[in-house]
Amino acid sequence: MHVVILGNGISGVTAARWIRKLSDHQITIISSESQYFYSRTALMYIYMGHMRFEDTKPYEDWFWAKNRIDLVFDHVNEIDFEKKELKCNSGEEIKYDKLVLAVGSESNKFGWPGQDLNRVRGLYSLQDLEYLESCTKSMNRAVIVGGGLIGIELAEMLLSRRIPVTMLVREEYYWDNILPKEEARMISRHIRRHGIDLRLQSNLKEIHDDGSGNACGITIAESGERISCEYVGLTPGVSPNVRWLKESGLNINRGILVNQYLETNINDVYAVGDCAELTNPVEGRRGIEAIWYTGRMMGETCAYNVCNQVRSYDPGIWFNSAKFLDIEYQVYGEIPNQLPGAHKTFYWEHPDGEKSLRINYHDRDFHIIGFNLMGIRFRHEVCEKWIADQLPIEEVMSNLALAHFDPEFYDAHYRDIVKSFESQSNMSIEFNGRVNLNRVLQFLNS
Amino acid sequence: MSQVQPSMSLANPHPPFFDTAQRIWAGISFLGIGMMGAAGFGVASLNKSHFLTLSIALLAIGIIGFSYRTFLTRSEGIKNNGVWFSSTMARGMIGWAAGIVITLFYVLLYWYPAYLGLGSEGGSNVGLVGFFDPLSMTFKGVPASQWFVYGTLYTLAIVLFGIRFIWRYRHNRYQIIRTLSVMGFQLFFAYMIPEIMEGLNSDLNTKWFDKDLKNMWPLDYDFFDQWHIANMSTTGLVGWSFLIFSLLLIFFISPLLTYKYGKRWYCSWVCGCGGLAETAGDPFRHLSDKSMKAWKIERWLIHGVLVFSIIMTIAVVYGYLGDGNQYYITRTTFTWIVVSLLIASAVVMYFFMRKNKYSGESLNKIIAGISGVVVIILIINSLAGSGNAFFVDNYFFKKWYGLLIGAAFSGVIGVGFYPLMGSRVWCRFGCPMAAILGIQQKFFSKFRITTNGGQCISCGNCSTYCEMGIDVRMYAQKGQDIVRASCVGCGICAAVCPRGVLRLENGSLDIFEKTENVRNIHIRPEASTTS
Repeated sequence: MHVVILGNGISGVTAARWIRKLSDHQITIISSESQYFYSRTALMYIYMGHMRFEDTKPYEDWFWAKNRIDLVFDHVNEIDFEKKELKCNSGEEIKYDKLVLAVGSESNKFGWPGQDLNRVRGLYSLQDLEYLESCTKSMNRAVIVGGGLIGIELAEMLLSRRIPVTMLVREEYYWDNILPKEEARMISRHIRRHGIDLRLQSNLKEIHDDGSGNACGITIAESGERISCEYVGLTPGVSPNVRWLKESGLNINRGILVNQYLETNINDVYAVGDCAELTNPVEGRRGIEAIWYTGRMMGETCAYNVCNQVRSYDPGIWFNSAKFLDIEYQVYGEIPNQLPGAHKTFYWEHPDGEKSLRINYHDRDFHIIGFNLMGIRFRHEVCEKWIADQLPIEEVMSNLALAHFDPEFYDAHYRDIVKSFESQSNMSIEFNGRVNLNRVLQFLNS
Repeated sequence: MSQVQPSMSLANPHPPFFDTAQRIWAGISFLGIGMMGAAGFGVASLNKSHFLTLSIALLAIGIIGFSYRTFLTRSEGIKNNGVWFSSTMARGMIGWAAGIVITLFYVLLYWYPAYLGLGSEGGSNVGLVGFFDPLSMTFKGVPASQWFVYGTLYTLAIVLFGIRFIWRYRHNRYQIIRTLSVMGFQLFFAYMIPEIMEGLNSDLNTKWFDKDLKNMWPLDYDFFDQWHIANMSTTGLVGWSFLIFSLLLIFFISPLLTYKYGKRWYCSWVCGCGGLAETAGDPFRHLSDKSMKAWKIERWLIHGVLVFSIIMTIAVVYGYLGDGNQYYITRTTFTWIVVSLLIASAVVMYFFMRKNKYSGESLNKIIAGISGVVVIILIINSLAGSGNAFFVDNYFFKKWYGLLIGAAFSGVIGVGFYPLMGSRVWCRFGCPMAAILGIQQKFFSKFRITTNGGQCISCGNCSTYCEMGIDVRMYAQKGQDIVRASCVGCGICAAVCPRGVLRLENGSLDIFEKTENVRNIHIRPEASTTS
């Protein structure tokens, strides 16, 4: 059987690796972005000079032949689902028995005047990065539209080249459509501390043309202020890359609709990662979750289904991470920006204003719901077990140091945190201070 | 919090990664080096103590000023901006030039010290060595040797670039403490204490032995030499203390600390070679080769050197034990001690490798094979009453080891190739000490680098900045703990990780199953739902 995977991002590549582990099928991955799989999350580090492109490839080039995964560097223009055939740009036609669509996202554009000018671009692909690099030389200021994870990365990248950055963010605080207010405020502060001209509650009105088709400035809708710039980074999120499939017969809403087995409406065609939209996501989760980790999980799940070992997609307990300039962010479990009625929240912030811990718990039986961390590292498995076991907050607080994952000799703030929790909640906590790896292992195996 | 004005414009929005201030500081340090260079090329008028002081001061001020400007004027955190665009740090013109110059310096140091100005046959020093005479006179009242010059420059490099390193990673207390440790061990144990002690005890000057307490066999490959043992055992309490402590270090303290903390206690906290790599070598750490091929070469090479150093030491000791019975043990006793040690360690290794399940039969066979051959040859020669342990002249191994490993590998290649192959070329491919500690670390140590659940994004920063060329990401993206013989526990992978995935940890509970947990397998076999 020939399995063709369209897209060589984390979802497609994970699917390929697992199909190889589970079967002897012929596997082909097609991509027109890069010859070999690279880590999209590392694009920023190439531009900043932390890594070269080849350093972002998670597997050495011999890996693919050794695992009998064929790589085709070509663009698929059309899919004939009847004949089970892909038509490539080069004219080549590739037949498949099963097809996995892992075609990713594209950057959002909201119909702004001037959005299609030169020197206006999102940041998603290797080509986007190359384009940014080609514009860098003659850049005196850049404007970034949209405050999300890509926007802040783009800002950090440009700062590394000492290019002044203005950032337009629609929300009251940076990313406060996801982050609770305190954290959003902290990150907004941090962004400004780095010299980024952060404009909150500001929308883009239009992008100006310098007369030769290049962007030369923008106007802010609210204030009418005009800002000159030589580059406009559009980073108001991404959407599934499905426009080219609209007429293909696939059921498409915002993304390619799939059931819990990641099957589309067409036989032997699957969709995974950013481009897939679950028709019935598990409770509390969204249909589209365009992040690295869910892409990886979908790829693995899909591989089982492709190999006729039926597994339904279960993303498990939510987790994610990011880095906002110098502040690392981790989240485990459910931490919405607005506190749901039945939840209580505990928030602790370090006096330096760059570290925080939030724990949400249920207001009746006090069982733990989620953790939000800024500038502090927690151990994934411990948090997951606490959440899965629905432990009460008192017990978690007593054993908070079990989750400690900061490097050795770092200040542990657990005593402060517990004290602050006691005074906020009127509960009395018996704190187990010293924790070593053996105790963590005992806990995880209990 | 003030907003930045959009009209704010920088004079030059695309400066090179070095600004004027950095250039001035660099210029000052080059002035200091230039003075040493000029003295080296025979400007004799410079050979005065105040010029030496001035030269070292300029060097220090330049390096410290440059580091201050580079790191303390920006926010705390990992900022490897422009590393791969730099001519110095990314094998550009300057990198190659630096590599060639350092290599040449080492060639002169080891084989042509006269060109550095070492006075021949009791003649007085000129050139670079002469330039350092005043300092040597201060310490111990004798003129400098090329090794005194080398030791001084080496220590200066560790201390000055150590300050740079601490500023670069000033948000990370593990890095700060570890670096203070290597700076202290070099400055006091390897440099000041031995030099001052020699000044205070004139017989220590004539009866030279290695007074660097932290230098351990087999890295210190002269340790069991006849003259070395003899000099230690004839210099009273001082010598005997060194002898006894060194033996304790080799056979007791080192295995214990490696069991508790991994080889990092030595390689990135104490060792001088490691100290230079971590400080002066830090700008080049990313140049190590991460490929599977390099890993294969590494394993053959480093364990080859280990075998070589063991055979060499056995031959040397066997050789001089024949001289009579002033050494408490006879040649025959020595033979049986070595034979039992080799057999015992092969058996212990076999036992632990079986328990660990992560090494193939082939490794056991290789170890058993080599130990077997060495044991048989040694017994044959001993029983036959041969003067040579391994058929050829006992000193034959020592001569070639000294030339190929001691000088060419650890010195010339080990440091000269920093700007080309990264800072740990010697530690990774050659050091027999690292090989022994590595075997312990892999098979019986509590140390490992834990990966944090499913948080890895495969970005590659950890692998890129691993000076030992470990493909850390390969493990992290699987969610598997990293247990590698070569890991020196510098902790930089954990520092550069943007997602908090890595942590250096010690734990005894899972010591033989450290690598079995693979956390990024999302679907467990039992989690099947059949439709």
